[in-house]
Amino acid sequence: MAQTLSEQILSQAAGKPVRAGEVATVAVDLVMMHDSLSPSIIKIMEQELGAERVWDPERVAVVVDHVAPAATVQTAEKQNEVRRWVQRQGITHFYDVGRGISHPVLVEEGVAQPGMVIVGSDSHSTAYGCVGAFGSGMGSTDIALAAATGRTWFRVPETVLVRATGRFRPGVNAKDLALRAARELRADGATYAAVEWHGVEFLTVMERMTLATFSIEVGAKAGLVPPVGIPQVAPEWLRVEEGAIYSRVVEVDLNTLQPQVSAPSFVDNVSDLGDLGRVAVDVVYLGTCTNGHYEDMAAAARILAGKQVAPGVRLMVVPASRDAMLRATEDGTLATLLAAGAAIGTPGCGACIGRHMGVLGPGETCLFTGNRNFRGRMGSPEANIYLASAEVAAATALAGYIADPQDVL
Amino acid sequence: MARVWIFGQDINTDQIVPGRYAPIMLKNEDDLRLYPFVEHRPEFASTVRPGDIIVAGNNFGCGSSREYAPLALKMVGVGAIIAPLFARIFFRNALNLGIPCFTADLTSQLADGEQVELHLEEGRITCADGRELALPPPPTFLREVWAAGGIVPFYRQHGRFPGEAA
Repeated sequence: MAQTLSEQILSQAAGKPVRAGEVATVAVDLVMMHDSLSPSIIKIMEQELGAERVWDPERVAVVVDHVAPAATVQTAEKQNEVRRWVQRQGITHFYDVGRGISHPVLVEEGVAQPGMVIVGSDSHSTAYGCVGAFGSGMGSTDIALAAATGRTWFRVPETVLVRATGRFRPGVNAKDLALRAARELRADGATYAAVEWHGVEFLTVMERMTLATFSIEVGAKAGLVPPVGIPQVAPEWLRVEEGAIYSRVVEVDLNTLQPQVSAPSFVDNVSDLGDLGRVAVDVVYLGTCTNGHYEDMAAAARILAGKQVAPGVRLMVVPASRDAMLRATEDGTLATLLAAGAAIGTPGCGACIGRHMGVLGPGETCLFTGNRNFRGRMGSPEANIYLASAEVAAATALAGYIADPQDVL
Repeated sequence: MARVWIFGQDINTDQIVPGRYAPIMLKNEDDLRLYPFVEHRPEFASTVRPGDIIVAGNNFGCGSSREYAPLALKMVGVGAIIAPLFARIFFRNALNLGIPCFTADLTSQLADGEQVELHLEEGRITCADGRELALPPPPTFLREVWAAGGIVPFYRQHGRFPGEAA
């Protein structure tokens, strides 16, 4: 019987063939935890589970990205506790302040690979689907148990297929596809399911991460792009199989896809940018594991080259990783952004969780390249957050209101 | 008797506990009990009584993986959460913490502030006017975890994961 990518990966990890709907105990290949939840994970491991050691110090990754660098004395102290624990455990994959957001970092480091089961203490751990891994977010207790035992349980998910055809028009990109899918599926459309994104083999790994991270925003357990057309080598058993069963298919014609915008305060409150009306912004924020990649900064720089951010608009750029920032430094992308008036932050999650580095005040409107526009997400519950692509962000920074890249390219 | 707290649909974890109130941001982690729905429904934390029931619309708990969202609800003693659909990470977190979650749509059958009696074992709610509302029983493997008081006690007792052969 043909299997979906999730069924194939979970069958390998369970050591027996499993199908959607079954509950399976699986071996995990990698457990990721970040600074925000590591203190609680360590506490649960040590005090509740009585586990002194992680199951394999080479397969537990710890990343300081959520409040990086530390914003308060408390966070500094907690991060130091995590650093000491990492040292005691002999954890090899430790990435400290400035290395970037866990998801791109683990891909760049080659730690996340096709066919793996990766669980992370971050809901956007679906990101690892960009290389064809089954990545899934979990809370502190599940992650503590996985880190202590190397195992976890899953209900093997049904799969929702998003099938793209054609090619993006200029100014339209993977984020617009992700938002279009959310518009169709709604915020609960793939709950308990996995999403597979087909027809996007022409995208880079990090562009695929935009789709994979966004999968959680439609409720998904994992979000996978078939691992073809990327440098990472997939195991031979992992491939799209003719006859695999999809619980739902969403078709998106990229040739006619318009720039999409999600309006406050629900991720699935999506419309074509052209139908939005005039929305003036105070802040444009380019960053996150969804759209703070090199590709996003380069696309923004092409639009902003030789121009200036509109008066009264603040443009924040927070690269997703040091690698992305380094590449953008070396080829002049960052210089272009700086010359246009951008403020640059330390690679990491930035203000996406509303803790530091550009939180929003009451009454402010922000055009954000991230994945959540929940009320209060980036600071004040009285702020308004619109989600869109990096290209829309750049066009908006120039215009001072939410603008179509086509109109400024 | 338990008070019913009605919530709308797509209640996300930023509404339950904003990221700015995460335990790592607090001087005293026990203060988390002060912050469930701190911005979304400011009167909740100070008014909620142990055993009260949250009755919500679709997709309760969507968004972030933060376990401190259900933990804050546990700290104030929320007795059960009832919604037609739970976001999966929230559902796992609540299960792991031993908070009973029932999949049912009761938002139109119960009113905010209504006093009811919750019979957990029997999966039933008795309203003040005598109406009885049935709560669909969760799958057996989930009930086992819940009965143990969460995933950690379950794992320590049985040395296996839910659904795994003994």
